[in-house]
Formats: sequence, structure tokens, C-alpha cells
Amino acid sequence: MIGDLAPLPVLLPLLGAAAALLVGRHPRVQRTVSIAVLAGVVGVSVALLLIADAEGAAAVAVGDWPVPVAIMLVVDRLSALMLVVAGTVGLGVLVFAVGQGTADGDEETPLSIFHPTFLVLMAGVNYAFLAGDLFNLYVGFEILLTSSYVLLTLGGSAPRIRAGITYVVVSLLSSLLFLASIALVYAATGTVNLAQLAGRLGELPAGTQLMLQSMLLIAFGIKAAVFPLSAWLPDSYPTAPAPVTAVFAGLLTKVGVYAVIRTQTLLFPDGALDDLLMWAALATMLVGILGAVAQSDIRRILSFTLVSHIGYMVFGIALATTAGLAGAIFYVVHHIAIQTTLFLVAGLIERRGGSTSTARLGGLATASPLLAVLFFVPAMNLAGIPPFSGFIGKVGLLDAGVAVGGWQVYVLVGGAVVTSLLTLVAMSRVWTRAFWRPPTQAASADTAAAAARDAGPENGPEDDPAGGEEPAEEPLPAGLAGGATSTTTARQTGRRGAWLRHVAVATAAPAGGEGQPSRGAEDSRPSTRPLPAVMMAATTAMVLLTVGLTVIAGPLYGMTERAAGDLRERTPYIEAVYGAEVDE
Amino acid sequence: MTPTIVLPVVIGGLYAAGVYLLLDRSLTRVILGFILLGNATNLLLLSSSGPAMLAPFFGYAEPEEMSDPLPQALVLTAIVITFGVTAFLLAMVHRSWRLVRQEVIEVDEEDRRVAARQGMDADDVDPDDIDPNELRTEDRPAGKGNTLHSDVDVEEQLARRYDGFASDDIALPPTRRGEQ
Repeated sequence: MIGDLAPLPVLLPLLGAAAALLVGRHPRVQRTVSIAVLAGVVGVSVALLLIADAEGAAAVAVGDWPVPVAIMLVVDRLSALMLVVAGTVGLGVLVFAVGQGTADGDEETPLSIFHPTFLVLMAGVNYAFLAGDLFNLYVGFEILLTSSYVLLTLGGSAPRIRAGITYVVVSLLSSLLFLASIALVYAATGTVNLAQLAGRLGELPAGTQLMLQSMLLIAFGIKAAVFPLSAWLPDSYPTAPAPVTAVFAGLLTKVGVYAVIRTQTLLFPDGALDDLLMWAALATMLVGILGAVAQSDIRRILSFTLVSHIGYMVFGIALATTAGLAGAIFYVVHHIAIQTTLFLVAGLIERRGGSTSTARLGGLATASPLLAVLFFVPAMNLAGIPPFSGFIGKVGLLDAGVAVGGWQVYVLVGGAVVTSLLTLVAMSRVWTRAFWRPPTQAASADTAAAAARDAGPENGPEDDPAGGEEPAEEPLPAGLAGGATSTTTARQTGRRGAWLRHVAVATAAPAGGEGQPSRGAEDSRPSTRPLPAVMMAATTAMVLLTVGLTVIAGPLYGMTERAAGDLRERTPYIEAVYGAEVDE
Repeated sequence: MTPTIVLPVVIGGLYAAGVYLLLDRSLTRVILGFILLGNATNLLLLSSSGPAMLAPFFGYAEPEEMSDPLPQALVLTAIVITFGVTAFLLAMVHRSWRLVRQEVIEVDEEDRRVAARQGMDADDVDPDDIDPNELRTEDRPAGKGNTLHSDVDVEEQLARRYDGFASDDIALPPTRRGEQ
């Protein structure tokens, strides 16, 4: 049973991506395809989780090769749980993105690559969760990273390219480190299969083990944005489109955390680097949240809280007890949902208020009460206010920490509490600024004018001879002539020409280009139109999901405890891999 | 079979040169550095199979005389990935060059703004004190996170900022950092 289902979370999105590319000229069909595919993935993942929780871990040898040689897909409680959460969150974000696309009126969207790329990203994420050997984990990482490069630089505008370059270079470096450590692991043990490695790594000299462990940890630490390796994240996430940032914030760093959990428990159970991880966790929490307090842009605040709360998970991993791991896994689940939701809400805020800067926004609570609720609930959840899942996760972690004891753990517990309070400070600041205060108090009385200035200086009609419809016209001559009539210089004209050429090449459908400049200007003004229903519905569903995590927190925590127990024991995973032969 | 010294030396040299280039601010050098590092890592992966032996074809050599085929399979995959990513990186750097006429890694404006602020805390700055005019000149165009499209207006603003520079396809000084 599990043998038939396990490859599907990877296969379905990949086939779906191919299908979505084929129907790229029919946006409606494309949307239907990608939503159906992701819904299917969620269904399969839930089935996998139920089976894995009932019967324990299972493995599939792809292509029916004998076990140590074959490429293994392993489903245990941890990976199945991650699959379910990732699939659900991905589906929510996709619906949000579809709503955004419809609202922007791009029926003939020039960005037919969004859906296929998103599906490939999901395939990569799922593959990383399922991979039973280090090299396929690397391949999974590369699949998701490569599609994330495309998504982050969608549209290729200057701010996105600037942010994208940092992101790509840092990710590439971490991938190379990962690949190099795979080479060293293979040289030392002669295998990359995780279950085999679990047996063989223990026989190596302690120094070699430590070297391999630290190389893997550094590689995953960059992906998971653990403190000294986290500077790239707040720099690169905020410029991407709202749904893209949301899915990145929710999933990508957590794949790194998942890899850390896997290697720390399965490959290096001795915990040689646990002390170091503790300090890294503390630094991640504190530095991250101080960054969030200093920022004034909602997206940036959220990016910094994202970094900060990775520290909680690392803390749980570093405790290396069953309770600690259970807390960390619960926190991963909670944080994926909550961070994604908050970034989606930030997208709605930007749409409604015309900006994400807290200096600009104001009066949103009266302008859009539903949006206020949608922000308030997850924000309090993130800060760890009692009834919500954030509170449960934090208490679980602190509890696990106190059970371990020792001055270092108490320092960390203190740091975790301070971080939680500072998160509340950062969130309540956004709340008071953007939602609570009357709009007249905003930095400039007319937010619209400020935001329009923000968007670009050419918004004055007299200054915009070619700006209006230019991409719709025939690329060169018309655009050049239009640009040269006003005060524009040769350079400006040339750049405009270059831009037109680019638009003509990059956007296959001319209709897509037509709306662009006007929409760009429109978007940055506070909109009095109601927010698009589909986007609101998707965000509401995500908020309900985060609240739902609180409701099912009991069973969920029980499951994470069982998953953590499996991880600590190690044998369920290893036996599943070696037992796969019989299974087939 | 004696292990060769050539591979470790080559790998070490490539790593050294690659790291040196990667630390540069110029993106072209970063790409070159990445290519060198990628090749070094691929060689490292290849050399993890031990000293060179006969080709691992069935029936061509005895199993004990063959070199280990698995790292070769891994390295092929890794080479393809490195190649694809390098192509993407090149395209991005080219795009950056066309957009802002420079191929250095840019300073994050938002960071600069936060760093330049007087107070440590965002609350120290009373929004009422901010002169709207100042805000206008200081702010960079928003990243337009709420759209899946690119920002034509940003493009135009950049064109205005770099007013006076000759247009496309003309040799330009690689960076204007010094003039600001």
C-alpha cells in the first residue's frame, strides 16, 4: 500500500508541472490542473500519514533494485507529517496566487511559468522529505532551490534581481558544501544510504565523524537560516511576490530544519555538537527578534521573526531528548502554517493599504475589519499567547528544556521567553501602527500620494508620454519616439527601448504587458475596492488552519511525540529500509 | 593501484581560486568562482571512489578491478545541476547589467536606511516628525510584493537615476559606487 503511494507526492507535482506547461496558454485550465494536482498530493499525504502512524515507518525501493543499491523513498511519521503540512500550505498559497492573478485581470497571463514552477518546487520539497539517501536529499534540495530561484526573480525587475542574486549565490554555496560533504561521507563510508550510514558512521574515528557532522550542519544551517548563516534571508525574501514569499517562508527553511533533524538523530546520535547548537539557537532567537524590532516594514519584520523562531526548533533539536524533538517537530508544523499565513496577510495589507511600511499604514482596522482579524489571530499565535498553538509549542519546548536542566539550558529557556515577548512587541507594533491608529496620523497625510511617489516618479500624467501603453505598442520605433519627445535623454530612451525589447521577448502575450504600467501604479495606492474574494478566502482558510492546529493540538502533539520516539530509537527507520525488500 | 597526488592538488587549487573569486563584489567573478568551486566539488566527488581502476562495464573487467561506478553516477548528476544553475546565474547577472548598468552585488537600501536611523527602535522615530519630502527622496521604490508582475515604474525610475549615462551596449565603467 505504502509502496504504491510513497512516490506520488513527488511524481504528481512533476507530471502536473509538465501538464501545466503544456496548457500554458489556457490560464483557467492551468489553474485547475495545478490546484487539482496539489489537492491530490494533500490527499495522498494524509493517507501516508495515517498509514505511517498506524503501522510505523515503511520504505520503497524505486525500480525494484536490491536494497542497499536502490534509491529509497522512506516514509516515517516525521516525513509523512511534513508532507501533509507542506502540501496543505502549498495548496493554500496556490489558491491565494490564483485569486491574485484573477484579481489583477491577467487572464492572458504572461507568467504562465508560475504554476509549473510552483509545482516543481512542491515536488522538490516532498522529495527532500522522502529521500532515503544523502544524494537524493541533495537532488531534492536542488529541485526546490532551482525553482525557488525562478519564483524569487519572477518578472525580473531590478529589486527582485538584486535580492535574487544574494539568495542564489548563498544557496549555491550551501549546495556546494552539501555536495562536498556527501563526497567526504562517501569516501569515508562507501555509501550514501541513510540507513546504512547510521550503522557505518559510528565506526569512524571521532574526529572524522565530527568533521562530517559539522560540514553537513553548516550546509543545512545555511538553508535553515540558523544565526551566523542567516543574514541572507531578510535581505532576499521581502521583494518577492506575496504568495512566493509566503511559501518560501513557510517551507524552504523548514526543509533545512528537517534535514538537520534527520542527520542529527539518524546519523549522529552522539550529540557531539549539541552544545554548539544550543548557543546557535540562542543567538538565532535573540539576533533575529532584535532585527524584527528594529524594522519598520511588515515583510521585513516577518522575515526577521522567521529567522528568530528557527531558533526554537534548533533549541529542541539541541536538547536531543524525545520531548525536545517532539517540541521541535510540533513547532515546525505550527511555524510553517503560521508564517505562511502571516506573509499572505502581509500581501493583503499591501494590497489594501498600498504599502507594507508601518510608517505609512494606518486605520486598517476600520477600513477592513476582517483583514484586522486575519492579522491579529496569527500574530498573537506567533507571539505565543495562551490558547494558540504557538503557546503550546513554546511551552512544550520550555518544558523539555527544564526537564534536561543545567545552567546552559536555563539561559536558553530565558532567551526563548524573551524572544517570545519581543515577538509580541514587534507584532503589537504592527497592529497599533497599521490597524489601530487613525489613518490621518500616517507619516504623510495623504498616503496615496506618498505611495504613488514611492512607486515611481513618472506618475504625473505630463511626465508619462510613453509610460502608459508602451509595452503594448510595437517595440522599438513607437517607444523610442514617444520617449524622445519629452525631456528624456538618450540614455533614458535607450533604456526604454531595451525594456520594450525585453518585455516583447519575455511576455509572449502582448495583452499581459498592456496592463503592467498602469497596474504597477495602481497597486501602490490604498485601494478602496474590497479585497478579492478568493484571496480573502484562501487567507481565511489558512488562518482557520492555524487555529485548527490549536484545536487538534492534543492528538498532533501525541503524534509528534511518537515521531520523536522513532527518531531517537533509530531502528524503525533502519528496519523499514532493510525490510523494503520483503515489502516489494 | 597507487593513489594520485594530482587530483588533491588540483582540487585544492580550484577551491582556493574559487573562494577568492567568490569573495569579490563583481558578479562576473562570483560566477567564475562558483564554476571553479563546482568543478572542484565534482572532482572531489569523483575522487571519493578511490584510485583509478578499469571501467565499470559488465563483462569488461572483473568486479575487483573495476572502479566504483556510484560516484561517477553521482558526479554526472552533479555536473548537470551545476551546469543548469550556472546558466541561470549568467542570465540573472546579464539581466542585472541591463537593468542597473552594474554587475556588482548591491547594498540593500532598506538595511542602509535602518542603519542610518538615529534611534535603535523603530518607535523612536515619530512618523509625524518625518518630513514627507525627505521620505520621498530617501525611499527606494517598493519591491511590489503584491503583484506577480515586474515593475515598469521601477525600471523608469532607475532610468532617471542614471540619467546621463549612455544607453545600451556601450562600454561603461563597471561601477559607480565611488560617485555617490
